[in-house]
Amino acid sequence: MNIIISNASKEPIYEQITRQIKDNIINGILYQGELLPSIRSLAKELKISVITTKRAYEELEREGFIETVPGKGSYVSAQNKEFLKEKKIKSIEEKLSQAIEDSRLIGLTKEELKEMLDILYDNI
Amino acid sequence: MDTILEIKDLTKIYKGFKLDKVSLKLSKGYIMGLIGPNGAGKSTTIKLIMNLIRKNSGDIKIFGMDNIENEREIKQRIGFVYDENCFYEDLTVMEMKRVIAPFYKQWDNKVFDKYISKFELPKNKKIKQLSKGMRMKYSLAIALSHNAEFIIMDEPTSGLDPVFRSEMLDILYSLIQDENKGILFSTHITTDLQKAADYITFLNSGKVVFSDDKDSIIENYSIIKGNNGILDKAIRDKFIGINENAFGFEGLTNNTEDIRKLLKDKVLIERASLDDIMVYTVRGNE
Repeated sequence: MNIIISNASKEPIYEQITRQIKDNIINGILYQGELLPSIRSLAKELKISVITTKRAYEELEREGFIETVPGKGSYVSAQNKEFLKEKKIKSIEEKLSQAIEDSRLIGLTKEELKEMLDILYDNI
Repeated sequence: MDTILEIKDLTKIYKGFKLDKVSLKLSKGYIMGLIGPNGAGKSTTIKLIMNLIRKNSGDIKIFGMDNIENEREIKQRIGFVYDENCFYEDLTVMEMKRVIAPFYKQWDNKVFDKYISKFELPKNKKIKQLSKGMRMKYSLAIALSHNAEFIIMDEPTSGLDPVFRSEMLDILYSLIQDENKGILFSTHITTDLQKAADYITFLNSGKVVFSDDKDSIIENYSIIKGNNGILDKAIRDKFIGINENAFGFEGLTNNTEDIRKLLKDKVLIERASLDDIMVYTVRGNE
C-alpha cells in the first residue's frame, strides 16, 4: 500500500490518509482482515505526528472501514463491496454534474462534452 | 496513570521577567514541542521541571509525582538534553561516560555504544575538542542510554545542520514507538516540530499563548491575503496580526471559519505555519 502525503495541500493530513486507505480498500489492494500498520509506525514512516495517524484511524473506524482490537492492532473490516461501489458511483455522478454545469457556463454542447469524454476515457 | 507531565500555575519571578502561571499537560506516548521567541520562558520552564532553579509557586508532577519530593526517582527515568555544556571539558568521550553511567540504575552500555557509533563520535577525543553538533550528539547519546521514559530536551536542534536534525527526528520517532514514553522539547526551529510534534505549547513573554494538539492549531489558524480596501474595523478584529504594504495585506487569524464566511472569494486563505503563528502573535498589530 502506498500513502503519499502532501504538505502543500489544503486537505488536512488525516483526511489524506483516510482517503487513501479507503481507496486501497475499495480497489482491493487491502484485503478484508489484513493488519494495518500501527499508528506509531505509520507516523514514523510518513513523518507526521502520532495524533494525526490516530485521528485518521478513528475516522476509518467510525465509517466502518477498519476495526481495532486493543493490544493487537487495526484490521480491514469485512466490507460490503456493492455498497462501496455505490458510494463511488455517487461521487462520480457529483463530479460529472459539476463538469456539466461548467460546460453550460461556457456554452459547450452535450455532443462536444461527450466527445471530450470519449477522448479522455481512451487516453487516461 | 497516563499523564507523564502535568504543570499547574507554575510561576517564577526574576527581575524584569516573570514566568506567569504556566500550565500544561503531556500524556504518555506523545511528543510536545515548546515554542516561543528568545526570552519567552522556554528554558526557565525546563529548568524548573528539572528542579535546577527554584519556583515561586505552582505544581510540577512527573509520572504523577511531585518533581521536588521525588526528584531522585524521577531523574532515574528522565533523559535530559541541555543546550549548554554540562560535561567536564578535559575528559574524553568514554571517560565522561564512566563518570555519568554509575548514577543510573538502568544504564545500558550496549545502547550507548550503538549511539556512539551511529553518531560517529570519536571515543578518545576530549569533550572540549568536540564541535557544537558533536556535543549535542554526545549529550543525546548519554540521555538515551539509561532506558529513560521521558526525554526532555532544551533547544536540541539549535546549531545543528538539517541532516542531523532529520536524523534526530528519526530517533524521536523510534523512541515514541513505545507508547509508554514521552518527549518534551523546546526549540525555535519550528519546522522540526511541524512534522513530529503531537502537541504544541507556545510561550510568549512568560505566558502560555496556547497549549493544544498541533492539528487543531493548524486548522484554526490561517494566513489571509487580500486587498487593503476590505480591512474595516470589524474585519481587523478577527486578526491576531496584520502586515499591510502598498499592494495589499497579509494577516494571521484564528477565526478562519468567520473569515471564510465574511470574505469568501475576496481573499486568499493559506495554511499558517508555526513560524507564521509565532511571528504574528509576538509582533501583534505593529
